[in-house]
Amino acid sequence: MPGTVQSIERAAAVLRLLAGGAGSLTLGEISRSLDLAKGTTHGILSTLKTVGFVEQDRISGHYHLGTALLRLGTSYLDINELRSRSINWADPLAARTGEAVRIGTALDDQVLIVHHVFRPDDTFQTLDVGSLLPMHATAIGKALLAYRAAGAVPTKVLDRFTRRTIIAPRALAAELKLIRENGWSAEVEELTPGEAAIAAPIRGQGGLVVGAIGIFGHVERICDSHYEPRPRLVAFVRDAARAVSRDLGAARG
Amino acid sequence: MTERYVVAIDQGTTSTRCIVFDRNGQLVSLAQQEHKQYYPKPGWVEHDAMEIWRNVERLGPEALRRAGIGPEQVAAVGIANQRETTLLWDRATGLPVGHAVVWQDTRTDALVNSMSLTIGADQVRHDSALPFATYFSGPRVAWMLAQQPGLRERAERGEVLFGTMETWLIWKLTGGLHVTDVTNASRTMMMDVHTLDWSPSSLEFFGVPKAMMPEVRASIGVFGKATSAFPGVRIGAALGDQQAALFGQTCFTPGEAKCTYGTGSFLLLNTGGELIRSTHGLLSTVAYQIAGEPAAYALEGSIAITGSLVQWFRDQLELIASAPEIETLARTVADNGGCYIVPAFSGLYAPHWRSEARGVIVGLTSYITKGHLARAVLEATAWQTREVVDAMNADSRLTLKTLKVDGGMTADNLLMQFIADVLDVPVVRPLAAETVSLGAAYAAGLAVGYWPDLEGLRRNWHRAGQWLPTMDSELRDTEYGNWQRAVERTFDWIKQPR
Repeated sequence: MPGTVQSIERAAAVLRLLAGGAGSLTLGEISRSLDLAKGTTHGILSTLKTVGFVEQDRISGHYHLGTALLRLGTSYLDINELRSRSINWADPLAARTGEAVRIGTALDDQVLIVHHVFRPDDTFQTLDVGSLLPMHATAIGKALLAYRAAGAVPTKVLDRFTRRTIIAPRALAAELKLIRENGWSAEVEELTPGEAAIAAPIRGQGGLVVGAIGIFGHVERICDSHYEPRPRLVAFVRDAARAVSRDLGAARG
Repeated sequence: MTERYVVAIDQGTTSTRCIVFDRNGQLVSLAQQEHKQYYPKPGWVEHDAMEIWRNVERLGPEALRRAGIGPEQVAAVGIANQRETTLLWDRATGLPVGHAVVWQDTRTDALVNSMSLTIGADQVRHDSALPFATYFSGPRVAWMLAQQPGLRERAERGEVLFGTMETWLIWKLTGGLHVTDVTNASRTMMMDVHTLDWSPSSLEFFGVPKAMMPEVRASIGVFGKATSAFPGVRIGAALGDQQAALFGQTCFTPGEAKCTYGTGSFLLLNTGGELIRSTHGLLSTVAYQIAGEPAAYALEGSIAITGSLVQWFRDQLELIASAPEIETLARTVADNGGCYIVPAFSGLYAPHWRSEARGVIVGLTSYITKGHLARAVLEATAWQTREVVDAMNADSRLTLKTLKVDGGMTADNLLMQFIADVLDVPVVRPLAAETVSLGAAYAAGLAVGYWPDLEGLRRNWHRAGQWLPTMDSELRDTEYGNWQRAVERTFDWIKQPR
């Protein structure tokens, strides 16, 4: 039998203590109650604070349960926070690639666009923020699907948008496996004829995928003559995704 | 050609940044360091100028290292700085005389009040085109010189020097060049905005010896060569930070305006070669001057509380955990529910200038939720912008066609859309978010021929986002009327002593 992780057991004990206590406790009270060294207890509390499971009162310094615990079942990263934290990396991606940039996150079984940077050619474009796109027919959507823990491939019938849209569940499963191996996704005329896109996952704390960032544009600019995404553009997209992930506190990957 | 980059030093109120830019105006590397804020008494704010200089000395090489380049590949350095912050130092030792007194500091309140009633005050107003306010440097120098016995005499002998932050940094970078630029000098109340040099009568009014004053130069033109931090590199430009943002947004034509949305917000409108004296509560200021050319002027509207209202909502009311969540909360409702928040926390700035006003929340009913409050918080920033734009249109007789925006709050889509709606003009965000630094880099690069002309810089500007007005004009007028009535309710709250 594999051994248990002691620090996780202790963290669970701290949470149980805070949940059962009189609202808030001091560091000394927690360490005495669990018979742990103050340094150890402080380390556990600091870590729980960074993930939002524990909060510390600014004035008294007492610890209590964090609001993130109440929202465990829902998305833990606010979409406007995601935009705010990624905006400084989305702009350079558009500048370097000369293409429009979008950031999306999963909303039910669709992609919700949370940020959009225009293609930097000063042509008339409109902001796509707030629009919903299909998961299986977009680069951002496939990047999100690929890292879903359970039921990655939707069970419902997949809509066909072009003759290149992947609608067979087995084909989609194979595509998602490839995305996990490569660390990025592509969409070549799968949603709109003549358009292509490249995307990579954005990871938050602990490596959880919270969104995806990518570029989209005319297929002849995004892809080479063999309909393969240009490696130079793929590298820029992956760099941007890594930079946002680092800012969000994901471990270096 | 080996000179492939331009470096900007952005010496701000809370931190100093060094940023390396390439020929397309793209950010290559960045190094940043915060400095300590000193609050010795209520209303007093100070900085340690030596700490700031040591940061520049360290951040410069750090930014170059991160870009993988040496000083020989840098064509020029440009400086953008927090404006009006005032410093005295010893010419012989190069050491500051006390801390720098920061622009937010209100210690000169009583002094400014009495000065504004003294004979000669009207001449100062005329020469500087500024109203009497604690915001500007002149009264601060007068205050500082009165603090230490013998200091004024030493200043008269030229042993003690005055400078704003760019003057201090250029002095340290070059090992003793004592100069300022017209944009920074225009915020002292001691410069004549027509001659673009110190006004002898204003210096006399404030009791400031000419011997301690730096030479006033054009903003864009080689000041000298750095001997430390960037050895051998030419200093090509110095501008106040808001003027730098105007330049970075490439607002080179009269009628072009930008608004930087941060803790407070600053809207500047280029008025070209014409100095417009505001009759609607705006400041007249120098936008920039290219060496050998006439100066370009600007009208400025300063709003004290915009982003800091969101911070208050987060930290004091604790209704959100992070600033961007204000948008999430605001989107839980369709409108403000009849609720308005006027954040006159320390009085109202442009265009009202009412120091006795204090904030109000009006229109409260049992229907109001925290979502409505969040909306009212965001709308307050938009309506305050509208008031400044109205004042600008009235003063300049130039009608604003679009508003270029930058700063942290441009990440808030709901706010940007609402600003477009209440101004009834398109709001556009450029691809380069760091407009203050970019403006300093552009100006420095222009001075040394790294970029050929203003048109070349304009070609680097690209639209990254745009919000078009969609609000019905009747609704806009009704809402604006409500806002204005809410503003009136903030007036005369603090009872003046006497």
